[in-house]
Amino acid sequence: MSRKIRVLIAKPGLDGHDRGAKFVARALRDAGMEVIYTGLRQTPESIVNTAIQEDVDAVGMSILSGAHNTLLPKVVELLKEKGAEDILVFGGGVIPDSDIPFLKENGVQAVFTPGTPSEEFVNFIKENVRKDG
Amino acid sequence: MDNKLKFDFRDLAKLITKIENDRLGAEDVLKNIYKENSETVVIGITGPPGAGKSSLTDRIIKEYRGLGKTVGIVAVDPSSPFTGGAILGDRIRMGDHATDPGVFIRSMGSRGSLGGLAPATIDILNLMKSSGFDVLIVETVGVGQSEIDVMSIADTVLLVLVPGMGDDVQALKAGIMEIADIFVINKADKDGVERLVAEINMIINLNRHRLEWEPPVVKTVATENTGIKDVMEKISDRDIWLKNYGTNVKADRLSSQFKQMALDRIGGNILAILEERGIFQNWTLEFSAGRSNPYKALKELDEKLKIEWSDK
Repeated sequence: MSRKIRVLIAKPGLDGHDRGAKFVARALRDAGMEVIYTGLRQTPESIVNTAIQEDVDAVGMSILSGAHNTLLPKVVELLKEKGAEDILVFGGGVIPDSDIPFLKENGVQAVFTPGTPSEEFVNFIKENVRKDG
Repeated sequence: MDNKLKFDFRDLAKLITKIENDRLGAEDVLKNIYKENSETVVIGITGPPGAGKSSLTDRIIKEYRGLGKTVGIVAVDPSSPFTGGAILGDRIRMGDHATDPGVFIRSMGSRGSLGGLAPATIDILNLMKSSGFDVLIVETVGVGQSEIDVMSIADTVLLVLVPGMGDDVQALKAGIMEIADIFVINKADKDGVERLVAEINMIINLNRHRLEWEPPVVKTVATENTGIKDVMEKISDRDIWLKNYGTNVKADRLSSQFKQMALDRIGGNILAILEERGIFQNWTLEFSAGRSNPYKALKELDEKLKIEWSDK
């Protein structure tokens, strides 16, 4: 049985810069994954509902607006509320190093800042997604 | 959550994944829950890339939600033939429905299938049909001329076209133009609309003698919500027609659906046996060595199958 890794790449919040998100989406596609891309200005609620309906293994969110400390933990919390805490959550974008420990304490499993080589997040996903059906 | 829906969305989503990844396991799930539910309306939306299929789907969802109906959507986008990966972006145009508890959207990669749908699309629609949705919409990958699988699963196929995409010889070709139950000319604020309408009407006229249902032509600008009420009216006309005269249409569809399932199953089983016994690998070696060729091998296969079938 061939199991394909499915990843949701989302842009929460109000900034309109999706180059990073698209770059990540392309890299994951080239690594053989199915990437659900939802476009700009998603709310945590819509991201979580989408993640559940699409039954993704991971959710990656790109934020350049500075609202990461609110939005990323909110998504983690809502996933937990819906019993979907097995979905891997990672973030990217303009996130200061000093905020990363806070995000990790709040359930964001990894943060990839600009300049991260694509192998790094591809391998992170491959190694950390749930292994069951 | 709507009471009529028999599954929690998370459970439904997980079942879909199971069906997508494990074609044989899918059967065990489906054989017990499959129900031919004649109340569910199944709409297929197909057309070339960029014609506005997702925007139209978005508008149609909105209309059905206005009527209080639950809607399930399966949207297929192409998988890469090289890596198997895919970017599934149909949801970008359907963002308004992400938090609506009466709407379930699932994106699928085509995973090597060439008919405009994914290998598991039929199974997944059957699962969703059994889950009690009022309306199901299946959006195909952007198609060219002959990706017509959608006709074997949808009650009503909307073919979305845009003006200015080719000369009239394109319109005469067989295939995709023949499966439309409703022609939707989207981006109808662009030049060339009347010409396209005339071309489509010509095809309808040429085919009229063998058409039971004469496909209407509707003009829309989906992004501006223009013409959507007309589309809904035609879908409803088609529903009424199907209820009155469509028994054969549904029976034909089920039969062609089953034929495809049987072909996939039998073909897959035979290939598996050939590989298990090393026959397939052996043939391939023979081909490379020039001692046999695919046509000779087919003949042999034919003989072998005849013997196997007649023994049992």
